[in-house]
Amino acid sequence: MASSPHDAGSPGTTTRAGSGGATVPVGAASSGVAGPGGRAGATAGSGEVVTPYELVVNGVARRVDGARASDSLLHVLRDRLGLPGAKNACEQGECGSCSVLVDGVLVCACLELAEAVTGCAVTTVEGLEPAGGEPSDAALGGDVLTDVQRAMVEAGGVQCGFCTPGFVVAIHDLLARVPEPGPFEVREALAGNLCRCTGYGRILAAVEQVVAERSSVGGETASGGPAPWQAAGSEPRGSA
Amino acid sequence: MTVLAPARLTDALAALDRDPALTVLAGGTDLMVEVNYGERRPADVMSLRRLAELRRWRVEPGTDGDDRDAGGGRADVVLGAGTTYTTLLGPELAELLPALAQAARTVGSPQIRNTGTIGGNLATGSPAGDTLPVLVAHGARVELASVHGRRTLAVDEFLVGPKRTALAPGELITAVRVPVAAGSAGFSKIGVRNAMVIAVANCALVVDRRLRTVRCALGSVGPVPIRDPEAEAWVAELLDWDGASPVEPAVAGEFGARLAAASRPIDDHRATADYRRHAVGVLARRALARAWPPPGDPGAPTSTVPTEAA
Repeated sequence: MASSPHDAGSPGTTTRAGSGGATVPVGAASSGVAGPGGRAGATAGSGEVVTPYELVVNGVARRVDGARASDSLLHVLRDRLGLPGAKNACEQGECGSCSVLVDGVLVCACLELAEAVTGCAVTTVEGLEPAGGEPSDAALGGDVLTDVQRAMVEAGGVQCGFCTPGFVVAIHDLLARVPEPGPFEVREALAGNLCRCTGYGRILAAVEQVVAERSSVGGETASGGPAPWQAAGSEPRGSA
Repeated sequence: MTVLAPARLTDALAALDRDPALTVLAGGTDLMVEVNYGERRPADVMSLRRLAELRRWRVEPGTDGDDRDAGGGRADVVLGAGTTYTTLLGPELAELLPALAQAARTVGSPQIRNTGTIGGNLATGSPAGDTLPVLVAHGARVELASVHGRRTLAVDEFLVGPKRTALAPGELITAVRVPVAAGSAGFSKIGVRNAMVIAVANCALVVDRRLRTVRCALGSVGPVPIRDPEAEAWVAELLDWDGASPVEPAVAGEFGARLAAASRPIDDHRATADYRRHAVGVLARRALARAWPPPGDPGAPTSTVPTEAA
């Protein structure tokens, strides 16, 4: 069992915990939710383990043991169900790296109380279906990528990779609702996902690629030209 | 800590009656941040997720809008407390309540708008709550329920201070009733970007040509949304109600100056009081200039595109 949401082994998770002090093992008697910045000890009152409950994740009913009532869905997914795709960074809904679908609705897993989504269908990046293909089983060691994941790789939308699963879930959600979004629609739909590496241009290009691929699969001729935001020359480039 | 998730309002109210200290969880976009950061340790939580009746909205004949006559062909939109920002900015509600749709569209991100609710915005009562000036400008009323009965309060009676409301122990916000403006309604906001931003200042303005009223409410520049009824009455005298002449620039400028003077901003990490005072004056001036003449006929849809990047 991981000792806290910050021990998940991704580079982005260490920053705040490292600067904020010690992380407190979940198993320690004094700890409750291990909040950002190592302030876990402050939540001792929420620390008692609750009766096991069931969550339906990626179509499978999963028993959640050893959870605390104050556990977020993100914490339960990562540290109790072994699904590390949703990433833990800000724990305040700012960064979108924990994006998942609850009953088909895009949300931040860090802002969902896990026990309150019993009975809902939770979909994580591990459970996304490639368009028209087999279920992705990347988390289980498989190598089947969704079309969005493949486009992110091919367009150079992945650098450190920390934000990628959140973007992938958000892009799948967008294209399921709006198959051919305009450039501003894409930007608005992804405004809740932060990337500090790519400057977003390549992520937007990945979305464009998926739209083109899906529409050509659908029998229409995909546009091969540059995306409108590229043609306009207005693409902001990040300096991070 | 235990988590309750009643499916019926009567069960929820009974649970609140048994334990008025129960922490109510709506969208969770405020509460869960405090829980995650160890700033709040709720004893017991009641999730509203399964209360389908709070998620619905409907249109009714106008009844008891804040300081208005009843009826007269007006319509009220009754928004269940669990109505999300995403629902508010959808096409149907955006046509009825464009300012509320504009405000909802500036809240957070798609993820936040999918979970955050109007009831949660009211219950949190943040001075920066984006829907609050809109509700005040519309003269909306909050519907409250407990096992002892129901009551309604005007939104500006409900909001009593920064993060303080008139919600009594054992009470739950069930809905907010918003009179549809026969005229125009707009919202604008200043922040550092178009998403994921808490307002430095915001402004809602509702012009009702049937009632011949102008109502303007400013947010993030005081403990609760700020109005200046004298400035509203002054400008209502000067509008070309029977025609379609635009507002004189000098009138709009004076209106903005009066609203700025009525604001009570503070310095904080997002902006200085001086900047906020200046900013709301600009927002109010522009809002008035845009509001008259109203686009098309009474009740005609207005754009839901967020205004201002000032």
